[in-house]
Amino acid sequence: MKHEPDARGHFGPYGGRYVAETLMPALIELEQAYRKAVKDPVFNKLFHDILRDYVGRPSPLYLAERLTKAYGGARLYLKREDLNHTGAHKINNTIGQALLARRMGKTRLMAETGAGQHGVATATAAALLGMECEVFMGEEDIRRQAPNVQRMQFLGAGIHPVHSGTATLKDAMSEAMRAWVARVDDTFYVIGSVAGPHPYPSMVRTFQSVIGTETRAQILEKTGRLPDMVIACVGGGSNAAGIFSAFLDKTSVRLVGVEAAGFGIRTGKHAASIGAGSIGILHGSKSYLLQDNDGQVQNAHSVSAGLDYPGVGPQHAHWADTARVEYCSITDTEALQAFDDLTRLEGILPALESSHALAEAKKRSRKLGARATIVINLSGRGDKDLDNIVSYKQKHRKH
Amino acid sequence: MNRITQTFQTLRRQGRKALIGYLTAGDPDLKTSERNIRLALANGLDLLELGVPFSDPTADGPSIQSAGRRALASGANLKQILAMAARLRRSFKTPMILFSYANPLFRYGYTKLCRDAKRAGIDGLLVVDLPFEESAELRAPMKRHRLLFIQLIAPTTSPERARRLLAEADGFVYYILVKGVTGARTRRVPPTRRVFNAKKNIDRLRTCTDLPIAAGFGISDGAQAHEAARHADAVVVGSALVEAARKGRLAELVRELAAAVHGV
Ligand SMILES: Cc1ncc(COP(=O)(O)O)c(C=O)c1O
Repeated sequence: MKHEPDARGHFGPYGGRYVAETLMPALIELEQAYRKAVKDPVFNKLFHDILRDYVGRPSPLYLAERLTKAYGGARLYLKREDLNHTGAHKINNTIGQALLARRMGKTRLMAETGAGQHGVATATAAALLGMECEVFMGEEDIRRQAPNVQRMQFLGAGIHPVHSGTATLKDAMSEAMRAWVARVDDTFYVIGSVAGPHPYPSMVRTFQSVIGTETRAQILEKTGRLPDMVIACVGGGSNAAGIFSAFLDKTSVRLVGVEAAGFGIRTGKHAASIGAGSIGILHGSKSYLLQDNDGQVQNAHSVSAGLDYPGVGPQHAHWADTARVEYCSITDTEALQAFDDLTRLEGILPALESSHALAEAKKRSRKLGARATIVINLSGRGDKDLDNIVSYKQKHRKH
Repeated sequence: MNRITQTFQTLRRQGRKALIGYLTAGDPDLKTSERNIRLALANGLDLLELGVPFSDPTADGPSIQSAGRRALASGANLKQILAMAARLRRSFKTPMILFSYANPLFRYGYTKLCRDAKRAGIDGLLVVDLPFEESAELRAPMKRHRLLFIQLIAPTTSPERARRLLAEADGFVYYILVKGVTGARTRRVPPTRRVFNAKKNIDRLRTCTDLPIAAGFGISDGAQAHEAARHADAVVVGSALVEAARKGRLAELVRELAAAVHGV
């Protein structure tokens, strides 16, 4: 199977470039610059030097023995993206895009953010390279991810609160696209996931593929063989695409993407675009989407701000259709339980996003059996979520 | 001949410029919106852009965003909007262009949409986030139903690209005057200056196409419309009409704009 998009950025029927004409020349210019950059050894060396010396890569692959025992089955390895500088996988991508922006002569970075991790990672890259930075963030997310807002401000980024719609990631991205149209000459739009118009989905996957490349080498070194299963949470799908990328050609490795089921798929309050959505066009690409019969985008719900998005990257839609990746979903409650499990058993506080992947591992572990190995992409750390978890537990405590 | 082409031919023969007005269908509800559109058509619009509301209007500024929100809150959908178009068609010969984001049309089904739009008396489609490269899927059924695909050209579009896109375009070209969303007004560049800067781009566009050129984005009063009409064949006004309709000044503004444009 082919995993690169066609010349116009289509993965099967998905992807493409659905943007206003004003942005088309910028996207074409970006695509050309990106293609040149990834072929340039100087660019690649700089990128990987920064990942090593500044981000702290390679991130460890850790055998979680107590968690393995508790879940009673497959051996569970955690890819520790939570140990990256700034606390999540998002920094791999922002370093790549910021370096590209500088190469293109742009002086200003702009980003949307949900959990704030991508915003922090963009603000960090901007500080590192001496660029201006503006971050668009929904009011609701500003409330539930307050520590990250503070961090972005300390890093010198301007925060642009977004009030429209549900005031979450979807609306932040719409507003960022509007702002980009107005400043397309000097501004580089750093998209935080494998979503958006071509070339973002393949570009972001490429910058995140370092996760998969490392994981593959590490698991071979530790166990002498490839894992039976790789599990990652899917918001837009960048940490998943990054880790999956190294295993796509090995069909013996089952790849599992975990969407957010929120209060439960049947309640309609969830963020499972692949699991419960239909094909549509949003934010520059065609993919699965939560929408009504009239093509109006519906609001997503997840306790985890980073998964609270009604769309998904176009390549995931294609992987779902071709059955290369299995997609499933985990509820808020299940994710919070997995958060508690990892914290108590291993002393690692996972991000709520990553907790969705852990919760899926819990379900799969026994069935796969003790001889199997599962790699879970621990995409980020949970420090940003503590206030949110406390208030969620208070609100939903059973009496 | 398509009503759009015919209208521009007639105007050109008379040496007149055209006023194109945008209104969001269903704002604040279908009934009021139909009344407003009738008022605008009766007071001097030469072409109508009938806006389909969308939940995530990434190319629109605050006025049209709010109009879309009101329309969706009232329950307006494409089926009802096409029914409204059919009613309008019984009273007016004015060309009507359905102005939309891609998703509501895609969800409705491109083929069914073209059939139903044609039946309702729609003459062309303008899809903001459907650039030429993604448009083949829609242009095929449009061609079968003889609907015109209106091409947008931006200040960022190079002449080579414009030439390529316009080779397939029909009706007229919609030239976007500003780098920004609808209704956008940068504080640094006053609107008339912007129109003046656009003159160069419009003149350059003339070398790429023989189609009439309509200029829009950010035009809100007679003076700006007059200035734009000196360079373009038509002037598009959207956000300002939406706001005027809210304040009960729609007929007045349309008359002011029509006088300004037709007086060139
Ligand atoms: C820690 C973490 N994991 C996952 C995600 C979801 O994004 P993606 O699906 O692109 O990896 C986010 C988004 O903010 C995040 O912060």
